[in-house]
Amino acid sequence: MSETIAAPRAQFFQDADRITHDLEHRRRIQAAMGKYYISRYSRQALFRDWQEARQTAAETKWAALNELDKHLENFERNATARGTQVHWTSTSEQARAVIVDIIRRHNARRIVKSKVMTSEEIHLNQLLVELGYDVIESDLGEYIQQLKGEPPYHFVFPCMHLSREEISDLFENHLGTAQTHDPEELTMIARRVLRQKYIDADIGITGANFVVADTGMISITENEGNARLTAALPRVMITLVGIEKVLPKFSDLALFLPMLATAGTGQPLTGYNTMYAGPRQPDETDGPVEWHVVFLDNNRTTLLADPQQRDALHCIRCGACLNVCPIFKNVGGLSYGTTYQGPIGSVITPHFRGLQDWKHLSGASSLCGACTETCPVKIDLHHHLLHNRRNAVEEKRGFLEGMLWRGFTFLMNRPKLFSLSIKMGRIFQPLHALVKDTFLDPARAWTKSRELPEIAHESFRDYWKRRQTK
Amino acid sequence: MTEREKIFTRIRDALKTQAPMPGHHDGAGKTHAISEARNAIAGAKQWLPDPGADSAEWLAQFEKLSAELKTTVHICASEADAHAKLREIAVADGWKSVAAHQHPLVSPAVAALPLPLLDTTNGYDANAMAKCDVGITACDALVAQTGSIFLTNRTGGGRALSVLPPHHVVIAHREQLVPDLPSAFELMTRIYGPANWPSMSTLITGPSRTGDIERILVLGAHGPRKLTVLLV
Repeated sequence: MSETIAAPRAQFFQDADRITHDLEHRRRIQAAMGKYYISRYSRQALFRDWQEARQTAAETKWAALNELDKHLENFERNATARGTQVHWTSTSEQARAVIVDIIRRHNARRIVKSKVMTSEEIHLNQLLVELGYDVIESDLGEYIQQLKGEPPYHFVFPCMHLSREEISDLFENHLGTAQTHDPEELTMIARRVLRQKYIDADIGITGANFVVADTGMISITENEGNARLTAALPRVMITLVGIEKVLPKFSDLALFLPMLATAGTGQPLTGYNTMYAGPRQPDETDGPVEWHVVFLDNNRTTLLADPQQRDALHCIRCGACLNVCPIFKNVGGLSYGTTYQGPIGSVITPHFRGLQDWKHLSGASSLCGACTETCPVKIDLHHHLLHNRRNAVEEKRGFLEGMLWRGFTFLMNRPKLFSLSIKMGRIFQPLHALVKDTFLDPARAWTKSRELPEIAHESFRDYWKRRQTK
Repeated sequence: MTEREKIFTRIRDALKTQAPMPGHHDGAGKTHAISEARNAIAGAKQWLPDPGADSAEWLAQFEKLSAELKTTVHICASEADAHAKLREIAVADGWKSVAAHQHPLVSPAVAALPLPLLDTTNGYDANAMAKCDVGITACDALVAQTGSIFLTNRTGGGRALSVLPPHHVVIAHREQLVPDLPSAFELMTRIYGPANWPSMSTLITGPSRTGDIERILVLGAHGPRKLTVLLV
């Protein structure tokens, strides 16, 4: 873990450069996103007023965050009244300790997980494997990534960068199954393997899409049914969730569930939207006997304390901003080196893991604003990328950059010197072609992928002077 | 100070500065209250996709979306008709055992099937349920707007019955069809609120599905490959 944190910037530039030149990667991502655009925008068009729905969703989240403390207390009161155990953790270490403690108390060995992005944030799998537990991801995409030993490529479509051939090879190597290039047969292989895992598991770990304050419920959205099985069969259920996921009212789900499905995958509703209101109750036939809800802060309160960027906590993790982002589509999800990729990842990661280490992600943007436009809860994403850039410079000015700006200011304030430098530039520019793309070029980072326009043969000032003297 | 207190203190400190309302910049819209027209349920009613004006249109919309989602819907003239349809499916699919729960709509239908029954009402063995060919349940509501089935562990025979067997059959009354999601959430609140919530409620929209491999749709990822609604 320490290596990945050591040089996130170098890793990003290296991986982004490699993936951007990988034309097969580009073809695959564009094919997948093409399908997404068609289903998403045709589904969105069925809304009687998508823009009004967005504004309402944004204001509902805004109001929810304005009284976050009240809603969390409300949730805790309603949930504990039904036997749910609620835990509060500030850091990754604390969250890991709470979860390991629950597992130990039950002498559990086998753990089945449905999709939990927050567990990627706290590196839970690595720890549980190190401690010798049998941990298995049950979402198909997450399972494939677990076998591959890679983090999710996209937080909604975890293995969208892999071809069926690569997945078939992976299954052959790890499970000893015969080669097949039929997505249905590949899915059935995973189904057979995982089916028994749910039944045998001692503990089920899930994430949460929404925390409903007025009923003390957790709402989980999925397509496969793996989260439902994870929450039905093991004796103990653990839900790990960020503190920002609150919705004040149960009925708010009537708006948020279809918006999440539309923006996320272009479905009318996702396959299963399940609301949990406690562990197994006395009159019920199945379900876990214990349910632990573990709230994680992990610097979410740092972001909350920034009113300008607070709306980034509205995020419902639909992944739409990744799908429309020209940078994401070119550099690929793994290059980010973050739990949350794409524009939302670039905005929030500096708050969660340090501005100076992660500011480069905010620079990797064309500021086209496609993310802001597509966001179902109206997060001002591309402006937040600018805010991060500004904050990074205000916090720590680069010496070289400062020198350059001072030099620029000096030059621009002296018309004679400016005019002289333009004349010099006209002489030296043709020589630049000799060093371009080599290490002798002082501006190679900039000129590597750009062409400087030729300096005009006559400046406007010279032209004006000539015209006046005629 | 406990960790809980520390987190709440940080939240309260952070909230001392108000964030601008969405769509407004600093200085405008600095109020905690959002207008009545903007509450989510009213908003959802007006702005979500149109489910149709009357129950005939709702039914047409439910059938259309079900077809898109690959849910099979059979409109049955009577309960006896539904039982006959169930027997027909049992023969066609070669069922050898069924899992179901006790419910006025479900029990007579299952009794009419000449097959071994796993009754989940008073507990069951998960391995045995996994071997059953079908799980048969009732539900709380059907939603025309999204082609969904709303059920709880009370109307669905527990948490697993509607998701573990490879085929899920829902028997529902035509009056259970509601136009849209806001109506469905209002109905659930009327039935179970404020303090009688089942520990699980779920909106089921089509059979289990995944697109994780090259974004190609595959049914039956972990849950049922087939979903059938018998509408009486």
